[in-house]
Amino acid sequence: MYFLTSFLFCGILCGIGQIILDTTKLTPGHITSIFVVIGAFLDTFSLYDNMIQIVGGGALLPVTSFGHSLIHGALLEAEKVGWIGIFMGMFDLTAAGISSAILFSFLFALLFRPKS
Amino acid sequence: MRNTKYDKIADHHKAKENRLGHFLAAFLSGGVVGALGEGTIEILCFFFSLSRSDASVFMITLFIFLACLLTAFGYFDKMVHFCRCGLIIPITGFAHSMMSSTLDYKEEGLIYGIGSNMFKLAGSVILYGVVSAWFFGLIRYVLEVVFG
Repeated sequence: MYFLTSFLFCGILCGIGQIILDTTKLTPGHITSIFVVIGAFLDTFSLYDNMIQIVGGGALLPVTSFGHSLIHGALLEAEKVGWIGIFMGMFDLTAAGISSAILFSFLFALLFRPKS
Repeated sequence: MRNTKYDKIADHHKAKENRLGHFLAAFLSGGVVGALGEGTIEILCFFFSLSRSDASVFMITLFIFLACLLTAFGYFDKMVHFCRCGLIIPITGFAHSMMSSTLDYKEEGLIYGIGSNMFKLAGSVILYGVVSAWFFGLIRYVLEVVFG
């Protein structure tokens, strides 16, 4: 069941992105930024969290999940230590993704030559 | 007379933008990426007896690793040409943007090449993500303090 919902959720988000890309003058950079803001907005009232419970792994892959985990970590920390937690917990849940992206792209940049 | 004929011929030879085809390619490839993510989580849960939240962190790291590796070998751009947004909207697109900007500016050195250009494209995602998450988080926090 999770496979089907993951397929549909991730596919529909990518399809929406493709429609925006084809019909407007926005670049992929605009679209990913818009999707991140939408993800953060949806998790303001825990909507995206419920969506992950229903959809499964497919909801963690689109870039909307990046915005969701930013705000989710911030709110979790804010519950513990007060308003300063919004600053402290911001990168708690996305730390693995960002640090691995930095590490792998640095290492591969040292090893490989650009292809063009 | 001549112009209309010319326009007709020009229209005939103009490359047609196949929007439905683009949408279907993005939908199918994006869906396959999502289903692969779910499959990876279940395999990790089953064989390595990880909890579901740990397995999802491993899955995201694995996808970032694969996207960086494919970009470094030069295959990712060909796949994006075929799959379009299906690979840009998932986290693979974020990894690809970092990897390709580091590779492109490698020749300019470690500091001013790789170091200062790494977040050239991915920086906007992090910037707008953090700013919007901060504002939305503050709104939610204030609402909880006032009404909760």
